[in-house]
Amino acid sequence: MSRAARVFATPLGRISAAIVATYVLTAALAPVLAPYGPEAGDLAQRLAPPSAQHWFGTDSLGRDILTRTLYGARVSLLVGVLTVAITAAFGTVIGAVGGFYRGAFDAVVGRVTELLLAFPYLIFAIGMMAFLGPGFANLVAALSLKGWVEFYRLARGETLDQAQREYVEASRAIGQRRPRTLFREVLPNVLPAISVLSTLRIGYFMVLEASLSFLGVGIPPNIPAWGSMISEGRGVLFIAWWVSTIPGIALLILVLAINLLGESLQEAYAPRTKRRGFARPSVSKVR
Amino acid sequence: MRLTKLLERVLSAIPVALGVAVLAFMFLRFLPGDPVEIMLGDTQVSQQQLDSLRSQLHLDKPLLTQLGIFLSGLLRGDLGVSIVKNAPVAKLIGDALPATIELTLATVLVGILIAMPVGIISAVRAGSWLDRTVLSGALVGISMPAFWFGLLMILLFAVELRVLPTSGRIAATMVVDRTTGFMLVDTLLAGNLKAFGTALKHLVLPALTLGVVFAAVLARVVRTSMLEVLGKDYVTTARAKGLREWGVILKHALRNALIPALTVTGLQFGELLGGNMIVETVFAWPGLGRLVVNSIFARDYVVVQAAVMLYALTYVGANLVVDTLYTLLNPRISL
Repeated sequence: MSRAARVFATPLGRISAAIVATYVLTAALAPVLAPYGPEAGDLAQRLAPPSAQHWFGTDSLGRDILTRTLYGARVSLLVGVLTVAITAAFGTVIGAVGGFYRGAFDAVVGRVTELLLAFPYLIFAIGMMAFLGPGFANLVAALSLKGWVEFYRLARGETLDQAQREYVEASRAIGQRRPRTLFREVLPNVLPAISVLSTLRIGYFMVLEASLSFLGVGIPPNIPAWGSMISEGRGVLFIAWWVSTIPGIALLILVLAINLLGESLQEAYAPRTKRRGFARPSVSKVR
Repeated sequence: MRLTKLLERVLSAIPVALGVAVLAFMFLRFLPGDPVEIMLGDTQVSQQQLDSLRSQLHLDKPLLTQLGIFLSGLLRGDLGVSIVKNAPVAKLIGDALPATIELTLATVLVGILIAMPVGIISAVRAGSWLDRTVLSGALVGISMPAFWFGLLMILLFAVELRVLPTSGRIAATMVVDRTTGFMLVDTLLAGNLKAFGTALKHLVLPALTLGVVFAAVLARVVRTSMLEVLGKDYVTTARAKGLREWGVILKHALRNALIPALTVTGLQFGELLGGNMIVETVFAWPGLGRLVVNSIFARDYVVVQAAVMLYALTYVGANLVVDTLYTLLNPRISL
């Protein structure tokens, strides 16, 4: 059975993949599926509780929560996937090159990552957002500036481990060029761990984006995002529970499914019983 | 031998700490626009006042001189003056720190009380329905955004059950003299039991919110390391000697399983000491996290600069402490 197939072999893996797929589809089809426009507010219907008309109620401007939650999925998924794509690519290449060649480059990058790690992610991102100003691209940039460090560390560690193995020595013995050995022989063996971390980080970045939007320094208010929706609901928590609760549930289920998928992938690549030295990236909290 | 290693580790933390201080310094200098004008916002001031503010902040001197002034101020414990609040930054941070420490201690306590028994039982009964429930519960806890969980807690305990207050450290009508800054201590010192009870109630929701989330992380760690230790030969030996099962688990296994749990707790402690911006904002808890968030919105960058540095230094310090404890707990680990 192939590795990918093994992910779907467990019911948990299948369920979480199905949930993620559903989110991606509904996000893509939001304009078709949503019963209202994302900004269409009916002031007569302010803070209406869930009903047949508005399944999840309305917010304080009379906007349909279901509609805005559907649209909010777009922001979360885009931020999560884009940030992971950027940070995984950058961090993996830098880490693999550093771990394979060592030397001055490796030492300098190592110092830089130590510095970056000393800053809590949230305050780093808030600071960057204060610096760059709100906006979608700025948010992805702010998250990426620090986010590559975890990929770098994992890729470097795995490469260090691989570089000691016989096949690397063998490829050197037959006179293969070093870059070719790194990118053709070593890197493919590093990628399983990276793919697990990538999956888990998508959920992490989503929560981080939501936290920033909740604090008002993430996605600008004119775009529906779960974090800012939850923040808006804070003021009316005592009279309208649904405003904060619904987007929060949407976020929780998606992040949970992504984390489960990451753990299934982990199991598929590195069953607990075998393989020495496979780094085990784990789900982490936003701090 | 171990001492020199340790010394090496401490010394290697110095360049990181220095780098952090320099980065925090640059943060204020490289912000787009004139920091003084940004800080003053829409307040109308004369050119003369602007100039005097600028020289007060040493912004009229060369960058390297500014850096020198900043670093030497740090050594003397001088973090600068907040323009917005018109108070020394060190005082603002000192005022906020006890609230954050109080919350941190309560959080770690809640986390340990939940995670240790749950993690141990889960490992002992690995594979059972109980274990599976714990594992899924922990994953939910980790995946849950803390700010949203805080709002759910407010919905349950304040809106539905109406048993707990949702913001601040004490009822607004109560006045307690500030001696230590720790509300629980100050109310006791004042002999005001009623105020103590209120302060305790105010602490419950934020501490539960942070504590439950921390417990989710910790329980997984405890479970994993217990499972690993329980498979070791010396545990089998202890069982073969005829020791009671719980004696083996608690005396022989737990001690060695504690090391990873200690790491996680130590790092969490260091993180929380910097203040949790999200949860402190949700519960209007007047600690460091809220000070930073408010200062960012008020564009009070002198405060932000100091707080960023404090955060980073606490993190570096916590790492150092955890590493040190490691060698004390298990002499075979070398740094």
